[in-house]
Amino acid sequence: MKLNLRINQNNIIILSTLLLIILLYGAGSVLYTGFFTWQVFFNLFIDNAYLIIVATGLAFVIITGGIDLSVASVVAFVSVVSAALLQEGMNAYAVMAICLLIGILFGAAQGYLIQRFDLHPWIVTLAGMFLARGASYFITTQSIVIENATYTAISKFKINLVGSNFISVSVVIALAVVAIAIYVAKYTEFGRAVFAIGGSERSAVLMGLPVPRITVLVYTISGFCSALGGIVFTFYMLSGYNLHLMGMEMDAIAACVIGGILLTGGFGYLVGPLLGVICSGIIQTIVMYQGTLSSWWTKIAVGFLLFLFILLQRVIVIRRQRRRIISHAAGKPAPNGGDRRAPASV
Amino acid sequence: MSSIRKRAASIMHTKIIWPITALAAILLFNLFFVPGFFNIEIKNGHLFGSLIDILNRAAPIMVIAIGMTLVIAKEGIDISVGSVLAIAGAVAISLLGVVPLWLAIVAALIVGVLCGLWNGLLIAYLGIQPMVGTLILMTVGRGIAQLITEGKVLTTDDKAFGFIGKGFFLGLPFSIFIAAFVFLFVLYLKKRTALGLFLEATGTNKISSEYAGVEPRKIYLFVYIVCGLCAAIAGLLVSSNISSADANNAGLWIELDAILAVVIGGTSMRGGRFFLAGTVIGALFIQSLTTTIYSMGVPPERIMVVKAIVVIVVSLMQSDRFRRVFQQKNKQAVAG
Repeated sequence: MKLNLRINQNNIIILSTLLLIILLYGAGSVLYTGFFTWQVFFNLFIDNAYLIIVATGLAFVIITGGIDLSVASVVAFVSVVSAALLQEGMNAYAVMAICLLIGILFGAAQGYLIQRFDLHPWIVTLAGMFLARGASYFITTQSIVIENATYTAISKFKINLVGSNFISVSVVIALAVVAIAIYVAKYTEFGRAVFAIGGSERSAVLMGLPVPRITVLVYTISGFCSALGGIVFTFYMLSGYNLHLMGMEMDAIAACVIGGILLTGGFGYLVGPLLGVICSGIIQTIVMYQGTLSSWWTKIAVGFLLFLFILLQRVIVIRRQRRRIISHAAGKPAPNGGDRRAPASV
Repeated sequence: MSSIRKRAASIMHTKIIWPITALAAILLFNLFFVPGFFNIEIKNGHLFGSLIDILNRAAPIMVIAIGMTLVIAKEGIDISVGSVLAIAGAVAISLLGVVPLWLAIVAALIVGVLCGLWNGLLIAYLGIQPMVGTLILMTVGRGIAQLITEGKVLTTDDKAFGFIGKGFFLGLPFSIFIAAFVFLFVLYLKKRTALGLFLEATGTNKISSEYAGVEPRKIYLFVYIVCGLCAAIAGLLVSSNISSADANNAGLWIELDAILAVVIGGTSMRGGRFFLAGTVIGALFIQSLTTTIYSMGVPPERIMVVKAIVVIVVSLMQSDRFRRVFQQKNKQAVAG
């Protein structure tokens, strides 16, 4: 297999994200001592493992042209549920299983409403966001600390890499999720159908793809990933609180956009959300190292990046449309326009 | 008999009946289950009571929802209104000590217009999807508001400023007069000016209105500016009511309330005709619902669950496919 390394409009976003990561990390390393170490780099993954998982699940939804705003609330809900169940003395692995089941059911229910009744995904998942947040208030309004032995053991477990630098179990889970997602998107029928629906739902139906089933499945995946992200987040925080991660859904969407997932659907690399998360993670670390900047500068900087990448996406979409019109007029397929939906190799 | 039926059917087909029924239902519920809900007392020459309270608290939602109605009628949406509200409140309160009151208010309103202009440019001229375009300001907005307040909760004891959101005029809360003014002004625009005609035309069919010589882009830009301005007015109302500007929590999730009010009011998310009166009643319904839940002693956090269910039910009722499923079931029942 020949690896195509030419810069084209299929990979321009992901390449610019990579370049941005290198630039930001380089700038941080030059400006601050102690920035360019393995541990700082690993910490990017350790602190954001849950976000990587959530954003990767969300990416599937966005590629079909939908959206899932309920992810952050589901993470918080899972943290509360697991804390409450562990407090009751339930087995840690049973708790994790219950949490995953909750995520799957929640996602499937949202997907069903959206698909079956043709409701707007923004509205349904906005309601889902409220439902999950509100439901966790039914369990408790306080923050519950987790003292379960299994959870603390997993939380404290360090995997040594490169000398005494370490990563956590969560990072392994997150990277595994990304790897599976890349495989599913690229090499399975399901993955190809997801891209096809995002490209044009009507064409996908006409092609005989099981559009309803895949739409529901995609939201189910997002629900599952949110629940898994919730479990990982619970390892990280060791507490359950319903005010955890207010507004994190926007971080997840931003990570997808910065990682080159087209918000109109139909295009994106599943490694993108990981890169997007790392990008905003580096910004956060730089703000932290700088010392005098306040935490809201992170928000503004990430928002600005979001703007730039949305603009870039827009330019690419416009160019594609123009090319399609030209190729139609010429009566022959454009050199690169025909296979634009095919997920090219990274 | 049949004429009554026909009339009933024609009433059922007007969109306004749904929000009114919902509002009536919630008020009826209060009549039976919440004692003293309809009591209105006169204290210090002002009217007091749950109903007045609802009017006062519904004012910010109403103002935002009116702006949102115009946006939704253009198949758009503005999810940044909560952030714009926070920015406007922060601007007004941080300027209060420095410049005269009217200048602080004007500055806040100008900031609202600028936010709307930003959204409008992204959506109308760059062609970005409305949800995505306003998402940017939603994320950045809170950061900007925190930048203005320097991360603190700013407070003020300016009496004149406090009057906007807390004061009473002719025995009624002053905020309701502002909301009424916004409503009447937009209604006038819609009914009596050419602009109003353009507004409805571009929402119904963008392409044909473009052929008719209306420039949809300008209209789109205009509605986002109006929406930003409305959010800024609501920001003044909220920050004046609590005499402080809280960058993190002011107007949190008010976008959902506003969208809900618009949708309950009968304006379709798919654009087209819009119903300002329906929106106002929708906003009143939402606030009544909230107040009812409060007065029943349910912890306020759980309101979110109720609202979520209401959103789903309302959007299900508007869904053609959902209705068709039910009609089929009815037909099957008749046939069987």
